[in-house]
Parts: sequence; structure tokens; C-alpha cells
Amino acid sequence: MNTGFLTIYWRDMLRFFRFKTLLISSLVQPALWMAFFGIAMSANFNRLTSEIPPIPGVPSVDYLTYMAAGVIAMTTLFTSLFGGIVLLFDKNWGLMREIFASPLPRNHIIFGIALSGMTKTFIQAVIIMVFAIFLGAAFFAGFTTAETLLSLAGILLFVGVFSLGFLFLSAAISISLESPEGLQGIITLLTMPIFFASNALYPITAFPPVLQAISAVNPLTHLVSGIRYFTIGDNFQAIGIHYTATSMDIALSFLLLVLFAVLMFTLAMWRFSKATVT
Amino acid sequence: MRAGSILTRTIIEVEGLYHHYGDIAAVDGISFSVEEGEIFSFLGPNGAGKSTAINVLITLLQIQQGTATVAGYDVGKDPQQVRNSIGIVFQDVTLDRDMTCGEILEFHGRLYRMPSVERKQRIDELLSLVELDAKRDVRTKHLSGGMKRRLEIARGLMTRPKVLFLDEPTIGLDPQTRMRMWDYIKAVNDEGATIFLTTHYMDEADHLSDRISIIDHGRIITTGTPYGLKNTLGEDLIYLETADLPGTLVTLSAMGEVKELREKSRGIVAMLTGDGTKILPQIIENLADKGIRVSAVNLKKPSMDDVFLHFTGRELRDEGAEKPSTAVARAGRR
Repeated sequence: MNTGFLTIYWRDMLRFFRFKTLLISSLVQPALWMAFFGIAMSANFNRLTSEIPPIPGVPSVDYLTYMAAGVIAMTTLFTSLFGGIVLLFDKNWGLMREIFASPLPRNHIIFGIALSGMTKTFIQAVIIMVFAIFLGAAFFAGFTTAETLLSLAGILLFVGVFSLGFLFLSAAISISLESPEGLQGIITLLTMPIFFASNALYPITAFPPVLQAISAVNPLTHLVSGIRYFTIGDNFQAIGIHYTATSMDIALSFLLLVLFAVLMFTLAMWRFSKATVT
Repeated sequence: MRAGSILTRTIIEVEGLYHHYGDIAAVDGISFSVEEGEIFSFLGPNGAGKSTAINVLITLLQIQQGTATVAGYDVGKDPQQVRNSIGIVFQDVTLDRDMTCGEILEFHGRLYRMPSVERKQRIDELLSLVELDAKRDVRTKHLSGGMKRRLEIARGLMTRPKVLFLDEPTIGLDPQTRMRMWDYIKAVNDEGATIFLTTHYMDEADHLSDRISIIDHGRIITTGTPYGLKNTLGEDLIYLETADLPGTLVTLSAMGEVKELREKSRGIVAMLTGDGTKILPQIIENLADKGIRVSAVNLKKPSMDDVFLHFTGRELRDEGAEKPSTAVARAGRR
């Protein structure tokens, strides 16, 4: 087997751990989201929803626990969308010439970058979970040890596949563009609808139909559903809404993420085959 | 090993290569061949098409028209084999600022799938060849321009390539560092690697090359050994200033020892067929007979600058080509 992608992976991880500022800020940033936005919003939501009578017989979770899954998803989204930017820098600084002139197949560049991006999102996801539990999120409540471990694996699986999709997309955009500013602009344009037309921070049940339709095909929604299923369970209520999920629903969400990743990989391959670096 | 020997084999063969960017032909139909073991140079101003040609040969640009084989492999049909056979030092510095010298070479070796033992051994060898042993764990951003270039040469040699491509290897380096770089390039060539280099420095082409192709506006103007090229201009050059330039021209063109004449703004350059020290007194005497007094005189051997001027009709300057080719320059370099 050609393991050329590991070379690209090795270099990107080397850089990740070398830039201490980048490393630390990428780990602290999601924690800050939890600490400030999470605590502030959960105080509000808990007050607003205190009037709503709880649905009897359904376990209830507070807003912090509810939105922590959203923060994991959001962080994964941002990290993945920016994950390909190194390709753009490499292209602009001439470093990509060395790689393109080497015998390394181009799909290995995509695989390598995606794998290192995925590793970063794993590290971040774990840190956020630990921090969320520290802040009081009721993750894995009532789970046995085996269930908790299985859930952890499930979360990483969802986060992994989701991040691959957006890393492929990011690689495709990066290799096609000339300037980092352009990438910034495109990413901002993408993150707004993806993030806000999803169930990351609030329920989508009250959305107007168009927004609901968007959120139903939004990969982020499916990632969040998956994470909630694994961190909270298949039957709970939060901010006055009853959430249920069957394992079938979750499998479907997962398949959707896989499909998205495959599509994005095809896009990236096409962009890479067209790319000329001189 | 050198060109001209009966034992040489052709390692680069280019036939009718043509490459355009939009309407502009950056490489306009060139053919040449490089023998194994030689140092072959493309000499020409920026924008002459040198980099475009090299980018086609190293498979960074898809070949558009013509054929090119490197180390026996067709660059269009078998790019993967070409890539495995060559080393490249690119025109601008292409080093990750935040990787150490050792890591740069390690990364390169891995890209080419060198086995780990061989990789380590080769890194040791090369770092000592380019005298960067002490810098192994230093990030490249802390290296001087010359050190960076040396590291890039080491990287180009990592996989023991049959051909090493050097695109403007000493651009932007100070004269002393350039000389040292030339020594490294010669040393690498002595170890057996064929070297293809592009340069817009006359002295570099002259000093290093076994053979030179002068390239301008995407075409090869002429090819030859540095000695041979200089000899086409004659043995010696004489520069004369007199009060009567037209009269001087008439007088000199009547002399059999004068091969060619070129008018400058204040004087005349005469290319001589023989030894200038013997012919010069004769010239001055002939002019004196016509009542023309020589006010300044300079006798010199032809340089590559004169060769370039002779073949292209214009001077080669460090930066920027002449007006007709600026469009090509912009399209051709990047």
C-alpha cells in the first residue's frame, strides 16, 4: 500500500504542534465558547423555559448540556473548513511545487491534509467534552461504562466523517484560489447558513418551512443529532421540546454524512486534477 | 563524461517544444539535447521562456506541443518515471520556514518513498556535502540566503537523481556566495549528475557550462561550448574611439584581419581574426595614414556578454527583458 499521505500528515501535524499560539488558541477558543456563550445562554434559556411544564416521564437536560453538543459540532465545522488553508499557503509560497513535482499521487495530498485535520478535530472534541463536563454538562448520564465508551466511539465516528467532508471541501476551495483573503470570504459565506440553519444552538422545530428544509439537509444538523444521541440519549427533553431518536434515524444521519464526504472528495479530486502549480 | 566524448548518451531530448499562455508563445519551438554528465545551460533574459521550458521538463506543466524525454522517459506519457529520475532546485526559495533543515530533507525523502535507513544516511551525507551539519535542527527561516540555496541543492540531490534541474540557482545571492555555489554545483556534477541550469548571468553560464543554449523570445538562438561561442566572434575585440567614425569604419572594413564591425555611440568595436596585440599597431598605423587620430583604445577577449549581444542584437540585463518580450516575461515566469 502506498502510504504517501502519511508524509503530508506528518508535516501538517509537525506544524500544528510547533506553532504553540495556534495550538493553544485552537484549544482554548471552543472552551471560551462554552464558558461565556454557554453559561450566559443557559442562564437565559433556563429562565425562559422554566414556565414550560415538563413533559412527564421524559428525562430533562439543561441548556448547557444541550448546546455543548452544538459547540463540539461548530468547532469541528470551523476547524475543518480552515483545514485546507495550508494548501493555499503552500501554493503561494511555492512549497506546493516540490510536492506536485514529486511522484506522490495527488489524492494523497488530499488524504494527508484531511487526516491531519481530522486528528485536530478529535483533539478539540475531546477537550470540549472534558471542559463541558467540568462546567456541569450532564453527559453520559445514566450510561454504563461500556455504553459511555461506545458513545465516545460514536461521537468520534460522527465528528470524523463530518470533518472529512468539510476538509475535502476546504482543500478543493484552497487549491482553486489564489489568495487567503478569498478563502476567508468564502468560508464566512459558508459558515453563516451552515451554522445558523442548524440545530446546534436552538431547536429547528420553530423554523419557517424553508429554513427547516435547509437544516434537514445540512450536514451540521446531522452531526449535532448524532452527538446528542451519544452524549444525552435517545429520549430527552430540553428547552421545552421533546427529542427522540431511533437508531435508524442516527444511521440515516451517518449515511448522509458519508454521502457528503464522498461528494466533497470527488469535488476535491476534480479540483486537484485541474490544478497547475508553477 | 564531458560533451563531445564518444561514450556519452543523450539524457534529455527535446524536439519542437512549444508552450503558450493564451495567445503568447512563451516557448516557441525549441529543440535541443543534453548529454549524460554534462552541465548544460539555458542563458537568456528573464521572460525568455527558460522557466516555462524547465517546468515542462520537470512535469509541472503539461506538455502542449512537441516531444520531450528526460532520462529515457517521455514527460507527457510517463511523468511518474520522469519525476523519480530527477532532482529540482526551483527558481525561488521553496522551503517551509518553520521546518528544520533535517526535516526538509526528511520530508523530501518520504515524498519520494525512500526507505528510512537510506533516508537517514543520505541526509547525513548531504548535510555535510553542503556544510550544513551544524544547522540540522535549525529552522530554515534562520538561514542566510546562501544556506537556503545550499539546502535546496541538497534536497534536489536527496534521491540521487540522474538529472538535477537548477532554475536560476544563484539569483539574488552576493558574489562570494555565488562562487561557492558554483563550486557545489561542480562538485555535484563531478559525482555524476547531469545538470540542466537556467541563468540570466553570463558569467555563471560561462563558468559552469559544458554547453550553452542562448535563448531569447522563446527560441534557441544558438548552442555551443562557452569557448566555441566566444570564438565565433573572433579571437580578440578592439574598441576604438576616434574623431572620424565613418572614416574609421571605411578604413577598418578594408582590413582582412577585421572580421566584423559594430558601431557604438562614441566608438567602434572591431572583431579580429587573429591576435589583437599584433593587429592593433597595424590598425593605428592605417588610421594615421588616413589622418585619423585614435583617442582611446581597448583590447579584450570576447565575453559571454559580447556573445549574447552578437547573437541577439541586444544587451542582457539583470532585470527585465527589452520591451518586445515584457508580455511574455509576465506570462512566462509564473
